[in-house]
Amino acid sequence: MKICVSSLNKEKNAKMDQHFGRCPYFSIFDTETNAFEFLENAGVTANQGAGIAAGQQVIDEKVGVVITGSLGPNAMRVLHGGNIETYTCQGGSIEEVINLFQEGKLERLESAGPAHSGMGHK
Amino acid sequence: MKIAVLSGKGGTGKTTVSTNLAKAMGWQYIDCDVEEPNGFIFLNPKIIETREVTIPVPIIDEEKCINCNKCAQICQFNALAGTNTGIIFFEKLCHGCGACTLVCPVDAIKEEGRVIGKIDIGKSENISCIRGLLDVGEPMAPPIIKELKKLIDEKPTVIDCSPGSSCSVVAAIEGTDYAVLVTEPTEFGLHDLKIAVELVKTMKIPFGIIINRADEENDLIVRYCKEEEINLLGRIPFDRKVAVLYSNGKLLVEDKAYRKEFEELGRKILGVKACNSLL
Repeated sequence: MKICVSSLNKEKNAKMDQHFGRCPYFSIFDTETNAFEFLENAGVTANQGAGIAAGQQVIDEKVGVVITGSLGPNAMRVLHGGNIETYTCQGGSIEEVINLFQEGKLERLESAGPAHSGMGHK
Repeated sequence: MKIAVLSGKGGTGKTTVSTNLAKAMGWQYIDCDVEEPNGFIFLNPKIIETREVTIPVPIIDEEKCINCNKCAQICQFNALAGTNTGIIFFEKLCHGCGACTLVCPVDAIKEEGRVIGKIDIGKSENISCIRGLLDVGEPMAPPIIKELKKLIDEKPTVIDCSPGSSCSVVAAIEGTDYAVLVTEPTEFGLHDLKIAVELVKTMKIPFGIIINRADEENDLIVRYCKEEEINLLGRIPFDRKVAVLYSNGKLLVEDKAYRKEFEELGRKILGVKACNSLL
């Protein structure tokens, strides 16, 4: 299974980003191969619908779990439409976040936060 | 002839200038500030007809859809997402371009009109008055503005634009013969005026400036107009009488002296317009 974490940079020691739609990178960890992959988020450059573009990208990557801070309503609809499980985490490095998830210490994210909360976010 | 009234900065007096000009000259009035049209407060027209404005949005037939995701891939506005459980459509993001319908290989997409607002057509004594009204929560004003502009005939028409210099303003001033830029003698007024000037110059629309709430002879706008050799059409003084009329929802042309001023202004606009068309 592939686990995707919204990230501020493209390495496993990078910090998790609290935003999903406009986070700069996605860190994708494959539990079968224990390998990391880092992708630029297509949502960053979207004029509108960043969360939707980001969600679509994650679906296309065949991810099973998304871990982030909060999700906007549109991103939530897309991810859940793609049968992706969503979890929330307070923060930490990508590696720490993935460990917490595997230890079953993260909470499910079932309700959307406010729309556009990542706009203007650097 | 189409005359656009815009400003850059909000609250400088676009509607004051547009409504009074229309009334003084007997010109048709069109309120293209569809997010908050307020010209009808002053013109108080009797509304004769109301029309809905729609944009075409995709309706996906799930029986026919093969989940190829081509529609989601072509959408430039992220209004469609392809998921395992089918295509998800976000109507507020759809610009109604029709690309999804074109690329669908199995004809699973049909277009249907989605109402985003309305147009009111009315009459206020001698002049016809039209306004667009975008529904609350709708993000796109240009489709309504474009519909409004289809209603303009050969008669002289004043187009009251929204503030700023965004898509809504571009849609409103496109194809107009002359632009009146209304500003106020403040730093903010000048700053945003410069952006509006850049816009009308880029769109090659001849223009002139009106200073509202003018209280000194040689203010920063007057100096700017001199430096840039821009035609200063007129000044509306910072006058208590204006404020009182406005606060009562009345037009300034109800006052004889102001009616003369606006008639003068109207003639001036017709004059510069005529000169421009000779160039």
